[in-house]
Amino acid sequence: MSSAINLGMREKLIFEYSRPGRGARAQWPAASTPAVPATLRRQRRPQLPEVSELDVVRHYTRLSQLNFSIDTHFYPLGSCTMKYNPKACNAAALLPEFAGRHPLASVAAGQGFLACLYELQEMLKAVTGMRAVALSPLAGAHGEFAGVAMMRAYHRSRGQLLRNEIIVPQAAHGTNPATASMCGCVAREVAVGPDGDVDLDTLRAAVGPATAGIMLTNPSTLGVFERRIEEVARIVHAAGGLLYYDGANLNAILGKVRPGDMAFDAIHMNLHKTFSTPHGGGGPGAGAVGVSARLQPFLPVPIVAREGGTEEAAGSQYRWLTERDLPQSIGRLASFAGNAGVLLRAYVYMRMLGRDGMRRVGEYATLNANYLAKLLTQIGYEAAYPQRRASHEFIITLRRQAQELGVTAMDVAKRLLDLGFHAPTTYFPQLVSECLLIEPTETESKQTLDAFAAAMAQILREAAQEPELLRRAPHTLPVRRLDDVRAAREPDLIYKSDAR
Amino acid sequence: MPFIPHTDQDVSEMLGLIGAPSIEALFDEIPAALRVASLDEVPEALNEMEVMQLMQARARQDGRPLCFIGAGAYEHHIPAAVWSTISRGEFYSAYTPYQAEASQGTLQSIYEYQSMMASLTGMEVCNASLYDGATALAEAVLMAVRANRKSSSARILLPASLHPHYRAVALTTAGNQGVKFELLPYERGQGHTARETLDAFAGQDITALVIQQPNFFGVFEDVDALTNFAHAQGALVIAVVNPTSLALLKPPGAWGDKGANIVVGDGQPLGCPLSSGGPYFGFMSTRMEHVRQMPGRLVGRTVDLDGRPGFTLTLQAREQHIRRAKATSNICTNQGLLMLAGTVYMALLGAEGLERVAALSMQRTEQLAHVLTGIPGVRRLFGRAGFHEIVLGLERPAAPVLAHLSKRGIEGGLDLADYYPELGPALLVCATETKTLADIDCYGRELREVLHAARAA
Repeated sequence: MSSAINLGMREKLIFEYSRPGRGARAQWPAASTPAVPATLRRQRRPQLPEVSELDVVRHYTRLSQLNFSIDTHFYPLGSCTMKYNPKACNAAALLPEFAGRHPLASVAAGQGFLACLYELQEMLKAVTGMRAVALSPLAGAHGEFAGVAMMRAYHRSRGQLLRNEIIVPQAAHGTNPATASMCGCVAREVAVGPDGDVDLDTLRAAVGPATAGIMLTNPSTLGVFERRIEEVARIVHAAGGLLYYDGANLNAILGKVRPGDMAFDAIHMNLHKTFSTPHGGGGPGAGAVGVSARLQPFLPVPIVAREGGTEEAAGSQYRWLTERDLPQSIGRLASFAGNAGVLLRAYVYMRMLGRDGMRRVGEYATLNANYLAKLLTQIGYEAAYPQRRASHEFIITLRRQAQELGVTAMDVAKRLLDLGFHAPTTYFPQLVSECLLIEPTETESKQTLDAFAAAMAQILREAAQEPELLRRAPHTLPVRRLDDVRAAREPDLIYKSDAR
Repeated sequence: MPFIPHTDQDVSEMLGLIGAPSIEALFDEIPAALRVASLDEVPEALNEMEVMQLMQARARQDGRPLCFIGAGAYEHHIPAAVWSTISRGEFYSAYTPYQAEASQGTLQSIYEYQSMMASLTGMEVCNASLYDGATALAEAVLMAVRANRKSSSARILLPASLHPHYRAVALTTAGNQGVKFELLPYERGQGHTARETLDAFAGQDITALVIQQPNFFGVFEDVDALTNFAHAQGALVIAVVNPTSLALLKPPGAWGDKGANIVVGDGQPLGCPLSSGGPYFGFMSTRMEHVRQMPGRLVGRTVDLDGRPGFTLTLQAREQHIRRAKATSNICTNQGLLMLAGTVYMALLGAEGLERVAALSMQRTEQLAHVLTGIPGVRRLFGRAGFHEIVLGLERPAAPVLAHLSKRGIEGGLDLADYYPELGPALLVCATETKTLADIDCYGRELREVLHAARAA
């Protein structure tokens, strides 16, 4: 595999291309002079660049070339499920009728769109084993918020006003405790045992009359399946709490095990992970939520319902359910009905995979992770949980290399960039020192995994022979390691031209 | 196998190395009783051609009506260069730029976005997007509670003229943290929030006042007077604005004597398709004094080992992956790609282009108002000046009128009956630069016929 593509390439700021009087005039509508009251009128124009259309296209195309992406590089970022995003999903979502449809347009002019959303809800119910699904949360953390808010609403509806503790395992995603706070709850951590499973004695001691619920990822963030999940569910339910499933790792078990069958009461699904909608350099996502029967009345609105006829052909009608239909709903979470364009992309992906494809996702994601884990341990890397099966991802630890050679997980990650691979997730979960969390996903071939392992083998040799090469990596990218301390101490967050 | 590249030989070699007899064996740690029996409810796979045929048929079913609805989502022309640029795989399929050296393209574009949006809103700093306008307001409310150290009440004043969905989302989100909301009535016949309505709160502990400009009715608020009053009471001012309108209107940073403290809104008008409600992007800008209370990602310019400039995520001690339960918000994934659409859109339009879009939208709405109020039984409900939306009063319920218009291929506006029943039959309508005079006349003709038929019936 070639090294990085953009050696030394740099690109000016768009503002530095600006020349007074220049502009992309084909984009300007006719001039007009509306009557804005004088006291409300803007006095000084905003500092937007004055550039030609070619300037803009060339500039942002060049910027794009400074990025690693799934389309250009293997991107084994643990916990993020960076799998191929099929192009058809984007093309379908951008069909002019879908792209141009107003969120408040009549349902009569949206039956085709609503049919897609309804069927998406049904498919998500099927693969998760939940009773009902709502699509409006806009990302994973937003789905978490919906889930915990529903759990609180459920307890309140039963007069249990004091249940405000959310239990999270030590190794949980940061969004879990942050969500608990956002919902006015208190996060309470429980320990994880040396085998990677939740310590049941600590859990038994943690639950009680204040327990609102527990938030779990399964497989956990340690890359292993929580084997005693049924016992965890019994303990939490017996204490009057509910179980929340963080769907970040759903890709591992898609088609193999369902959160509903593991007795979870609420879940969110990251459609931008498991169902392959793009990450877009930070977003958008979609964080659909699913619930068990007891939480169904509290789902966020709106939700798509089908009425009058059970078959598509029988003249069925789709409509939005609102708070009138669900008076106990936690309410509205977004300006409109959610990231509809993302939902359409996920729908198209699921239709192309079909029933058998769902199962293959979990199977081949797991095959790739176990294969790569084996390759890396054969090379000489240390697995954090060698006695366990990997799920769709696994952790290696560089604690030995850090101690003996002074080479850290971050050094390995940066050197990988030089060798043409995006780095795995670094230093998460914090429970394992000097760790790399590696998730290959099912869309990568054996040959790509072999090439990655070869690069990792080279790095291990370099660690022993020329550790300085690693400590100062990357060497071939547009920039070298950045001064994060200076970035935070002397924040330079917006461009200021001299003229200003 | 769709999107799975493995050959049979690959699989057998891989299993051989792992030392497992089958893929199934890799799931042997999962209790057998939990394994999925069937997925019968999921249909069989379609190939790409079949799925595109299905999607095209469903799209045709919905058609492309002539749309005069605004209410927080606006149809503007989107330059072809916007989506051709942001659909590039290097942007589209990249992750959050945690590995800065491998993400300079995304990071630099965010820095440019922060600069443009801070300037457009008249603020000093802008984050790298929130989910949408309504959630941005909810986050601003929580931020105000943290930032206003003089206030301990967590009381927020919301005008009734604020977008009702924004109000609802603020309640859903902030209600769980004990924030209390008070509703400010609007002036009947004018549609704005009179400064005098605030007198009832004089001398009280108020955390923040929310001001939407233009408000939900499209009407201009007295932003200077409202801002000054709030500041005199020790309250912060949260501005909710339409970014297009800011090309013409005084930016929130210049409201009153001291300017608004936090500015939020929906970036959708800047290059994002309507797409039934999303993905859009929420924006939030503020002053440096509040930056550590701000949620969401921030990009800063710094230098690398060789002293050359580069970009990186910064001030991350506010965020969930560092601070966990003590973070300013639980937000992680944001709306990055749409923020990029907004950036490319603003770069293409420039200040003059954006000004023209705003001005022509205002003019088209005035022309629409002129044509529609020429129809018997249609009148303007508010006399006050506004941006590119107006409220029309009808003599009979709006719902059946809209249903008839819909059959004629026109989405005629938003029925306000559920939101503001006190107005009587009323429609919120909008025209932007995308509407021609012929479109406006067409709407006028059809509405005249529908109302005429209704009277005759």
